[in-house]
Amino acid sequence: MPRRGTSALQADILQGTLDVLILKTLVLGPAHGHTIAYAIERGSDDVLQVEHGSLYPALHRLEDRAWIASFWGTSDNNRRARYYRLTPAGRRALETQTGRWEALTRAVNRILLPEPE
Amino acid sequence: MSWTRFFPRAYWDAERTRELQSYLDIETDDNIARGLPPDQARYAAMRKLGNVTRIREEIYEMNTLGLTDAAFQDLRYGWRTLRTNPGFAAVAIFSLAIGIGSNVAIFQLLDAVRLRALPVRSADQLVEVKLERGKGGRTGEFWGRRPQMTSALYGQVLQHQRSFEGVLAWGTNRFNLSPGGEVQPANGLWVSGSYFEVLGVGASVGRVLHPGDDQPGCGGTPPAVISHMFWQRHFGGETSVVGRQISLDNHRFEIVGVTPPAFFGVEVGRTFDVAVPLCAEPLVNGEDNATSARDHWWLAVLGRLPGGVSPTDATRALQTLSPGIFEATLPTSYAAADVKNYLALRLTTEPAVTGVSGLRSAYGTSLWMLLGIAGLVLFIACANLANLLLARATAREQEIAVRLAIGASRWRVTRQLMTESLLLATLGALAGLVVAGPLSRFLVAFLSTDDAPLFLDLQPHWHILIFTAGVALAASMIFGAAPAIRATRARSGTALQGGARSVRGGGERFGLRRGLVVAQLAVSLVLVVGALLFASTLRNLLTLDAGMRQDGVLIVSLDYSGRQVPVERRGALSHRLLERVQGLPVVTSAAASSNAPLSGHFWNENVLVGASPESAGLSNLNRVSADYFKTMGVNVLSGRVFAPTDGLGSPPVAVVSQAFASRLLRSPNPLGKTFRFVVGPGRPVTEYQVVGLVNDTKYSTLREAFEPLAYLADSQDRKPDNGLRLVVRSDAPVSVLAPAIKQVIADVDPAILIQFQTLRSSVVDSLLPERLMALLASFFGLLATGLAVVGLYGLTTYMVARRRREIGIRMTLGADQRSVVGLIMRECVMLLAVGLPAGAVAAVFAARAAASMLFGVPNGALALVGAATGLMALIGLAANYLPARRAGLLRPVDALRSE
Repeated sequence: MPRRGTSALQADILQGTLDVLILKTLVLGPAHGHTIAYAIERGSDDVLQVEHGSLYPALHRLEDRAWIASFWGTSDNNRRARYYRLTPAGRRALETQTGRWEALTRAVNRILLPEPE
Repeated sequence: MSWTRFFPRAYWDAERTRELQSYLDIETDDNIARGLPPDQARYAAMRKLGNVTRIREEIYEMNTLGLTDAAFQDLRYGWRTLRTNPGFAAVAIFSLAIGIGSNVAIFQLLDAVRLRALPVRSADQLVEVKLERGKGGRTGEFWGRRPQMTSALYGQVLQHQRSFEGVLAWGTNRFNLSPGGEVQPANGLWVSGSYFEVLGVGASVGRVLHPGDDQPGCGGTPPAVISHMFWQRHFGGETSVVGRQISLDNHRFEIVGVTPPAFFGVEVGRTFDVAVPLCAEPLVNGEDNATSARDHWWLAVLGRLPGGVSPTDATRALQTLSPGIFEATLPTSYAAADVKNYLALRLTTEPAVTGVSGLRSAYGTSLWMLLGIAGLVLFIACANLANLLLARATAREQEIAVRLAIGASRWRVTRQLMTESLLLATLGALAGLVVAGPLSRFLVAFLSTDDAPLFLDLQPHWHILIFTAGVALAASMIFGAAPAIRATRARSGTALQGGARSVRGGGERFGLRRGLVVAQLAVSLVLVVGALLFASTLRNLLTLDAGMRQDGVLIVSLDYSGRQVPVERRGALSHRLLERVQGLPVVTSAAASSNAPLSGHFWNENVLVGASPESAGLSNLNRVSADYFKTMGVNVLSGRVFAPTDGLGSPPVAVVSQAFASRLLRSPNPLGKTFRFVVGPGRPVTEYQVVGLVNDTKYSTLREAFEPLAYLADSQDRKPDNGLRLVVRSDAPVSVLAPAIKQVIADVDPAILIQFQTLRSSVVDSLLPERLMALLASFFGLLATGLAVVGLYGLTTYMVARRRREIGIRMTLGADQRSVVGLIMRECVMLLAVGLPAGAVAAVFAARAAASMLFGVPNGALALVGAATGLMALIGLAANYLPARRAGLLRPVDALRSE
């Protein structure tokens, strides 16, 4: 499916990292899908454009791995919304994933931006 | 994906829909807050989110196991298809249940008899130590069900072998629990002290026997271990049974324990009631005991191999030891020829992981053959199903064409159809398991006789489940593959146009169905011939002229072992008892007979004629009283029968059969000739003079040829048995006769033990394998014929239905009823003309292959095959005449209007 509004590069990066971004967002407290999508966009100074539709399969996947749990609640503007919170397993996963991300970016940086000796 | 998500998928889909809706609402609110008009705000939100259906689908797919999900879909669809057509489903499942059920039932017996490991510790380490076949003969007395070894041989093996971790010996015996009157039999085992230890079987109550129990003399009251079943039956399962005393053959034993429920000994198909140590045998059997006699074969020996020692190693070691062992155990009574044979014997081993069993030779071949027959019946049932499914596939051509046209892959459609077949097969197999239970229990009951109850463990076992699943899978492949492949080959274009439009009804499409019916006819003819062969074998045996009158004879066995009757008084006692029985008004005639006729037991000796030291051949022997010939209906051809003057003091006399006269004495008129028996060194040689000639009779079994037979006078017996066997002829029913005899015996001595069996029932019991084959082969033959006829009928009916239009046109053009019937019948004759000859040829080969199991059936059984073929042809034509006649009665207008 074509992803509108995102370049191929962004899409690829997002695909691998959306899960960890969601987990990171939820560290601050429970949130519903809409909030999470905007939080990721804002947190990255709008560099990362989350395609809001692709968020929901990711949420479903994370919940299935028991990294997040969900419940129905009421949003700020009085709408029923499905809230997600981080589970202990999710917290551990976030640590591992963050570590992995660090290793990855370090490796990529070493090639793309070699520090002058 | 976890299963919890997998099943309530509809729930999750609704959840996600609500969640996405909630996103849209919130985003719309936000957009309105940013100042967009409501409808634009909504559209913007929807653009932001993307395709909702697509998202739902993405989540939906995550919740599936791909193939499994499709399989579930197929299953649901298949289930619905079956539900919409309950008639078809019922026929299919019923015929599969019968087909699969009979296969499973027979396999269950086969498995229990041949394939299952003994319920003991590491059964795979057990081997039986036995004599190598074909290395010289053994003579002497053979006791029990597995007379492989003598006590002396077991002792030598025990003393010299180094290959085994442990060695055990066991023998069988029928003990009598009753102190007098009618015998109360109990199945007994003589076991070595090592028996339970080597098998690794413990007691469920009390203790089992251990080596300390098996010491010479047995120390006071010998111990006995009883089986779980006997404990339940006789002692109501009370634990206080330990320490109780039990009388076996009038000797007291102390019960020390009960074996676990699953343990039946090491002989598959039999179980035991009580096991006592070998050392008790001399106590019970007194001076006739087997323990001290070197020519009494009564034991079987098992050894447990330690890890790392192969049966081949053990065999090699035993072979090396053999010469010494046989030298050391040579029976002193043997004549020169016997000595040579004995010393040539060698020991060997045979795997005993599945135990040992005399049943294997008796029923092994029968059961495999029955499994084959049941397999063929299942094939016929499957062919019927395939035909039904093909008919249905034709009806579903449009549905399948539509599915293919809108993009279903052929593989997907095939899978759908195969799933339906598998579903049918599974339901059929489940129903088959239900059918198999009573069927295998019936077979076990059928194969049990009072004398030899058959005991088989028919508990569900994974072997059975695997077999059932395999059979069901194979069946579904057979009946499911053809329709599935055929259905997807259909060209969607023509099918969509409405397949039934063609005038000829697509004649070439019947090819597969015709092939199936032809195969059915051929196979069922083979099964019918098989049924006729086995049924006529049984009939031939039952109506065979055995040289005597089998009906109306009661065999009465008397046992004096409750009294210590000295040898010199036994003759007089027996004589008195016989006279009392003869004196009964209900008794027509009665006589003593040491061997019960046709009982499978025998006594034979090598005969010497004239001065020659070389044996003239073997002769069967029976020691009888004068009235034996009258009682058994054996004709005296010349000379005389025994007379009161033939006593211990007068010259020994004999009455011989025609075969004895012609083959051993080489004379049609043997009166006055003499013969002797080969006996061991130091034994008195008796010369017998022939005083009478009688007609030949079967001696031990019905299947045997007429063998030489000599009758000796019981009044000249120098060492009478501690008992008496009588043959009693009477017109009175057994229910009258038996109590009368019991009464006169008890009047003489109430401690005498009595057993009754009619000659006819003992003969019928001895024909069990033949009866089994006749019964089941007939059952399967009928079933096969029925199924094949249904198949033929179904095919014709279907063809007539498909060709209505063609028939209508033909009739409009002037074809009359007869020619239409002829048209349809021609098809049928063609099928029969191909199927039956093929079946007939196969049947001739099958009859040749089964020749060893047949009796009195001429080789190849051509007449039988011919008759069966004719019969099948008639049945086939009759089955076809109905639909053909219906076709002839069609009104052309109706036929043409119907489309």
